[in-house]
Amino acid sequence: MKAIVNISLKAGVLDSQGKAVHHALDSLKFDGVEDVRVGKQIILRLSATDKTAAQAEVEKMCEELLANTVIEDYTVEIVA
Amino acid sequence: MKVSIVQFPGTNCEYDTQYAFKELNCDTEIIWHEKTSIPADTDLLVIAGGFSYGDYLRSGAIARFSPVMGSVIEYANNGGKVLGICNGFQVLTEAGLLPGALKRNKHLHFISRHHNLKVATTENTFLQKCEKNAVLNIPIAHHDGNFFIDESGLKSLYDNDQVLLHYCDKNGTVSNPNGSVDSIAGITNIQKNVFGLMPHPERAMEALLGSDDGRKMLEGFLTA
Repeated sequence: MKAIVNISLKAGVLDSQGKAVHHALDSLKFDGVEDVRVGKQIILRLSATDKTAAQAEVEKMCEELLANTVIEDYTVEIVA
Repeated sequence: MKVSIVQFPGTNCEYDTQYAFKELNCDTEIIWHEKTSIPADTDLLVIAGGFSYGDYLRSGAIARFSPVMGSVIEYANNGGKVLGICNGFQVLTEAGLLPGALKRNKHLHFISRHHNLKVATTENTFLQKCEKNAVLNIPIAHHDGNFFIDESGLKSLYDNDQVLLHYCDKNGTVSNPNGSVDSIAGITNIQKNVFGLMPHPERAMEALLGSDDGRKMLEGFLTA
């Protein structure tokens, strides 16, 4: 199974890359963009067969290494 | 005095750091990251600047799990003096030895130039040879030097006199190159034995090369 981890800066932590992308979209006349946040996605292929256990294991990876929870939030999605 | 300098794959300031401490008549040793112990006679452990593990994932995030880091953490927890410069500061925050985190610079550029720093406190080993509110001219060279800490963390830093240095201009007025919270350039842990800063004191050892203000910072360790 696969785990898709999305990591982004916490709300309230200034996202300079998001701001720069937002400015670029504005200058390309894409109106109506209210906010842009840039994050990263990490895709893991897992040998696990139990979805709940895999979810817990990947969350542990996020806490220990994949995300820095001082500044970042993460979500984990387990897909078949 | 014995200074041990940790070297990860991608570290590039270890020899400058070694040169700086040799200038101050210290014994020095470079410690490859695969070692699981540090020399027993170490008086100061330095995590030097550079780009450990290509700074992949986040600066310092992978280096933090290098074999040598177990003994670095143990050394710090036993009261040993640890100095993290630039990438070393990032490694120390990732390892949880210093609070906060270093984000991408506010304007997204890599900044490499001399910058002025104002001494916030001298009640610590590192800055005891400096004067409070003195302005020091020290090079900065970083992409991820934007220090972040939440509001309660910031209050706790000030309450415990843990903020060491602020970025400023030559007159000592606040001048923030990278978006750091409160223009903070360097901090210490609550026990005041672990120090981290983004600027490079080891690159400011010779007036001929622009500044020797780094000398008095590093000299703080010699009498402790």
